[in-house]
Amino acid sequence: MRVDGTFIAIEVDDEAAEDADLARTLTEACPVDIFAQGDAGGLEIVERNVDECVLCRLCLDASAPGVVKVLKLYDDGALLA
Amino acid sequence: MRFFEYEAREVVKRAGIPVTDFGFTTDAGEAREIAQRIGGPTVIKSQVLTGGRMKAGGVKFAETPEEAEAHAREILQLEIGGHMPRGVLVDPRAEVEQEYYAGIVWDGTRKQPVMIFSPVGGIDIEQVAEEQPDKVGRRHFSNILPLSDFQAKEVIASTGVTGSALNRLVPILTRLAKLFVENDMILAEINPLGRLADGSFVALDAHMDMENEARGRHKRLLTELGVGEEETRQAREATPFELAGEQVDAQDHRGVAGNVTEFDGNLGLVIGAGGGSLTLFDAVRAHGGKPANYCEIGGNPSVAKACGLAKLVLQKPGVDKIAVMMSIVSNTRVDIVARGVIKACLELGYDPAEKIAIFRIPGAWEEEGFKILEKYGVEYADRSVSLNEAASRAVEKIEGAAV
Amino acid sequence: MSILIDADTTFIVQGITGREAVNLARECLDYGVGAKVVGGVTPGRLGREVHGVPVFDTVAQAVAHHGSAIYGSVVTVPPAFTKDAVFEAIENGVQLIVIVTERIPRRDVAEMVELATLRGARIIGPNCLGIIVPDVIKMGGIGGPAKNAAQAYTPGPIGVISRSGGMTTEMSSTLSAAGLGQSTAVSIGGDAIIGSTYAELMPLFEADEQTQGIVIYTEPGGRMEAELARWVTENRSRLPIVAFMAGRFMDEMPGMSFGHAGTIVEGKEDTASEKITRLAQAGISVAERIEDIPEMIRSAIAERSGTPAGAGAAGGSQV
Repeated sequence: MRVDGTFIAIEVDDEAAEDADLARTLTEACPVDIFAQGDAGGLEIVERNVDECVLCRLCLDASAPGVVKVLKLYDDGALLA
Repeated sequence: MRFFEYEAREVVKRAGIPVTDFGFTTDAGEAREIAQRIGGPTVIKSQVLTGGRMKAGGVKFAETPEEAEAHAREILQLEIGGHMPRGVLVDPRAEVEQEYYAGIVWDGTRKQPVMIFSPVGGIDIEQVAEEQPDKVGRRHFSNILPLSDFQAKEVIASTGVTGSALNRLVPILTRLAKLFVENDMILAEINPLGRLADGSFVALDAHMDMENEARGRHKRLLTELGVGEEETRQAREATPFELAGEQVDAQDHRGVAGNVTEFDGNLGLVIGAGGGSLTLFDAVRAHGGKPANYCEIGGNPSVAKACGLAKLVLQKPGVDKIAVMMSIVSNTRVDIVARGVIKACLELGYDPAEKIAIFRIPGAWEEEGFKILEKYGVEYADRSVSLNEAASRAVEKIEGAAV
Repeated sequence: MSILIDADTTFIVQGITGREAVNLARECLDYGVGAKVVGGVTPGRLGREVHGVPVFDTVAQAVAHHGSAIYGSVVTVPPAFTKDAVFEAIENGVQLIVIVTERIPRRDVAEMVELATLRGARIIGPNCLGIIVPDVIKMGGIGGPAKNAAQAYTPGPIGVISRSGGMTTEMSSTLSAAGLGQSTAVSIGGDAIIGSTYAELMPLFEADEQTQGIVIYTEPGGRMEAELARWVTENRSRLPIVAFMAGRFMDEMPGMSFGHAGTIVEGKEDTASEKITRLAQAGISVAERIEDIPEMIRSAIAERSGTPAGAGAAGGSQV
């Protein structure tokens, strides 16, 4: 899944997004509430908070490499490493 | 937060200081009833938070209840210094032999409260201090040692007051000092404090100002006095624009983007932080710019909050462009504010490059911030451009646009 | 040298587990030679660590753990608890207290200041960002993360005192860019009553050999500038002072508060124009623009000493 804000886009591997554990981990990790856990336990991206991303990398640290991608739309879609 | 006279008198009364048998009302008919109850001549006083009531016709003397009603009706309609009265105070006209002054204020240099007393009351104490300095007594008192009667006694005695007047005045000044401290006042003043024919004293007018930061710990008193939580009691009532600014700031708890004050110019300001806002507002005016508003950003607000503030300013009638400027930031982030103000332009259907006259916020996360600004073609400046130069550039651009 | 703090200063952070305090601790540990943050206090959090700093329930525990007196404390607890936290620090022998918290009623501030005076301790703030000795140590959030602080502050001969935290950095950055470093910069806070005023810090700068001139940032409201003018006149200070006055527009708007809690025109003496007059009478030059400050202070120092000061590199002790 991918949700685009004006400045930031968040992309999460579709299969991984179904994992309730990952959903919980990411929800707890993000300081600006970009992630939430859906009713079915899977991951949801909160669209209105996507542009609040502070580039803190906590979601990247909390998940396996490549599962979560943070893209800077103002920088030709550069990936937050 | 300033109190109306009728509230201030109630505070004085609760502190155990004698007051007259006054009544407060918002209704002329009720003023008549109060006058009837008092029986005898009365004074009708407009309840406004501004000086110069007497000159403006806001204080009138009545011989009968009918006259009291007529005066009240008139005064209730009378605007004074831009303020409509909250109501009228109906006061028995006391036979006063002499008017005194008693007040407590903070001394920021000594960092202690100071009690002030004068046997010359009824006029401005500053004037007495200038013309008859020996008639004004002052004394600081400790913030942590217990308050004791002798302190008030020394102040009063230093003005030449002795005899039974001294002994009757001491508890009044002590109680005033106590109420000042206990209620977190920044001003507590009884002026005039009248001496009646029988030698007793009574407070004839009072001014009280409670520190805003302390309102939270005096909720009971404020509720009992009928002071609403929303009442700011500022020198000027908040405008709808300013109230909208408060709402923007209240939307979440991250940082500050608000403290808006409305002006009537064409250059919208999105500025910070506290000192930076003051500096920038001066600088814009020094270059002949006409600010549409004052505001403050600080403490690292959310994108949504910065966006809300920028939108509010952009939508203000008469605003052609906004200038986004701050002193060097270390907590607030350049990129977050940049996102907020650009988003505001986009959501309102404006071109950020057109609407943002200049963006001058150097500091934390400036590399990311400048990338965003470049992408949208917004003119920006780093710390090598002074606050003054940035303000000058903003004014230049808006003047160019106006031509 | 510096005033108030140096590389050896030990301090604690009261309220260390709060979001902003965690950042503040990190910044202080990272800056310069690394501050000796010997403990943090948050009641109920004994045994935790914040960036390697041990957390205690009480100041007494922190002192016991440290094994000797702790010199300073940065207080970042909410306004309702600040007075108690400061009393606790003072009664446990802390000498220097930086109060970051905003919106503390002045009665509480006055009580803290009076107790500090009785015990021979000093308070900086409230509503301030603290103290920085460039490249050596910072105590408080002043200048922000170590990297940002290093960009703005450089060592040198100018003492900076400011009622605005942000403007302390803006002015120091301007001085640094002009080759004039700072001996110590102090953000004294924007409230009506504060622990240390300009006049109360002047004797420290006066005694500091590194300091050759003073730059202050000031605003309408209060009598602090009049107090400074009097101090300078009465003590025949060796240090030239350049002041920057913000908020001149407020003279037309009595009774309204802008910027900081203490920034309000309540009487004639509070106005910017009155303050400028008083400062000028005491020989303190008032700059119209921040960018004019470096040249003004440079020439004022040259005038007093007969030699150009702070020219060239921003060396530590060019006395």
